[in-house]
Amino acid sequence: MTETLIRPPVDTPPPPRQPTKRRRRAVAEEPGKRWLIHVPLVLYLLFTLIPFYWMLVFAVRPTGSTQLVPWPVTFEHFDTVWNDIGFGIFFYNSVVMGLGVLVFVTVLSVMGGYALARFKFRGQRLFLLAMLCSQFIPGAMMLIPLFVIFKGMGLLNTLTGLIVAEVAFQLPLSLILMSGFIRNISVELEEAAMVDGCSRLRAFFAVVLPQLKPALVAVGSFAFIGAWNNFLFALMFATRQDKFTLPVGLSYALGEFNTDFGALAAGGVVAAVPVVLVFAVVQRFLVQGLSAGAVKG
Amino acid sequence: MRTKTWAPYALIAPTLVLMAVFLVYPIGSVVYYSLQRYNVTQPWKNGFAGLDNFKQMLFDDPLFWQSLAFSAKWVFVEVALQLLLGLILALIVNETFIGRGIARAMVFSPWAVSGVLTTGIWILLLNPSTGIFQVLSEWGIGSPGTSVLGNPDTVFDALVVTELWRGVPFFAILLLADLQSIPKDLYEAASVDGASRWRRFTSVTLPHLKDAIILSTLLRAVWEFNNVDLIYTLTGGGPANQTTTLPLYVARQAVDSHNFGYGSALTVAGFLILLFFSILYLRVSKFGSRA
Repeated sequence: MTETLIRPPVDTPPPPRQPTKRRRRAVAEEPGKRWLIHVPLVLYLLFTLIPFYWMLVFAVRPTGSTQLVPWPVTFEHFDTVWNDIGFGIFFYNSVVMGLGVLVFVTVLSVMGGYALARFKFRGQRLFLLAMLCSQFIPGAMMLIPLFVIFKGMGLLNTLTGLIVAEVAFQLPLSLILMSGFIRNISVELEEAAMVDGCSRLRAFFAVVLPQLKPALVAVGSFAFIGAWNNFLFALMFATRQDKFTLPVGLSYALGEFNTDFGALAAGGVVAAVPVVLVFAVVQRFLVQGLSAGAVKG
Repeated sequence: MRTKTWAPYALIAPTLVLMAVFLVYPIGSVVYYSLQRYNVTQPWKNGFAGLDNFKQMLFDDPLFWQSLAFSAKWVFVEVALQLLLGLILALIVNETFIGRGIARAMVFSPWAVSGVLTTGIWILLLNPSTGIFQVLSEWGIGSPGTSVLGNPDTVFDALVVTELWRGVPFFAILLLADLQSIPKDLYEAASVDGASRWRRFTSVTLPHLKDAIILSTLLRAVWEFNNVDLIYTLTGGGPANQTTTLPLYVARQAVDSHNFGYGSALTVAGFLILLFFSILYLRVSKFGSRA
């Protein structure tokens, strides 16, 4: 059941093999039309990749060089940003924040999503409505009241404060997504386990959780990416340099080292590599999960 | 499985607490502050202000109207172009070709990049001395020393293209997901009936995508309206406030001038405008009713 839900007609359409062959043949019948796919794809790939390449080139060629294919490459800029400017510390802060948000968003969205998918309770519709409405709240516009709250709670310049604020903002959408995923898992197996004497909790861990793996990967990694990229909260609530995250560090690099493009580019590579790698691995799950109807859930 | 117990409440309790403290309470306090004079740097002036902040905003602050107008233009241009390009891109990567998996991962990847990092990358790409225009001019295309970000005539276009680079994948991913949920036999039936490629697109694909398009454009419009990172770091709202959006204006009130009372009034206005247009949009587009 999950197999079809989580891995829907993506790359290879399921059982009726006929359509695939038909489509391939249909395309082959119009060989002149292939350029309609290839030309725009190549153009768009250039648009996407040239900026990345530009950053990479600046990061590994010596200051003053204008080579487009730098050789030999140098790592002096990485040494500068990591050790002198403090990107080592920013990187550590970003990792802690990203993992903290990942854990809390995933756990809380499974709990809340399970409640929404498997129970009927008073106030359920109101809860769901509040979650949806929260999507309209502008983060930038919450800066002022959150600053006052953080000050009162002593959360300014702490990673805990950043994690908590980011979790609060990310949780509603993740929870709704997760409840869709859980609803897609059949209730019968869980009920059977409970009839056999499992507690609801054990039934959840034994039956639901294993089937939820793709959803956990998707929700968790997107929580991580969102936290890794958060800028405004970190800019406003972490003003001490030892609590900077990568985006804040980068924004200062933009201002202060405006002429040192090598350092800027190396800092950019440090900030980009983890998320782009994570994303490359999980983007398949995202498309499949959304396609499986989790969004409409 | 549907029982009356305390279990669901226990499961949503942490979420409720988080939302109450960090979403509901702040909204309430923004409304409260908007009626106050509240400036951290001038505490002796703080106190109840009634509707003074709103009067000032509506009648004495040209930058409010200017930033609102720019926000509207920004949201419209970005969402329209992102939707168009995202749809084309989704249709392309939905076709079968060699290397499709890698192509998808590559064209979607800017989605994972933050606004600040996007700024960094495009400053490197567009800088007048070692940027792409310099290289092109050495190859005989265009003129050297073009500074697109410093020139008031080109700064908007540069900003739009930069945000497109990061924004198109959002639509492409969502629309691709929806394309894949279209039953294949619909296309076969249309083919058998002799429908052309274009005809299949307009009478099968587009109607199916309708709800996804409405929802994704709305989400994106709200997101682009609220998006501050990129403009804040790329142009800072300049030159001469030319690219200042309403949330950017609020953020500057908060971060730079610490005028929390007036900033809160701007926030309330922005929130109401957003809510009004979201409801209007859902009504007019008849979301949820399939043609």
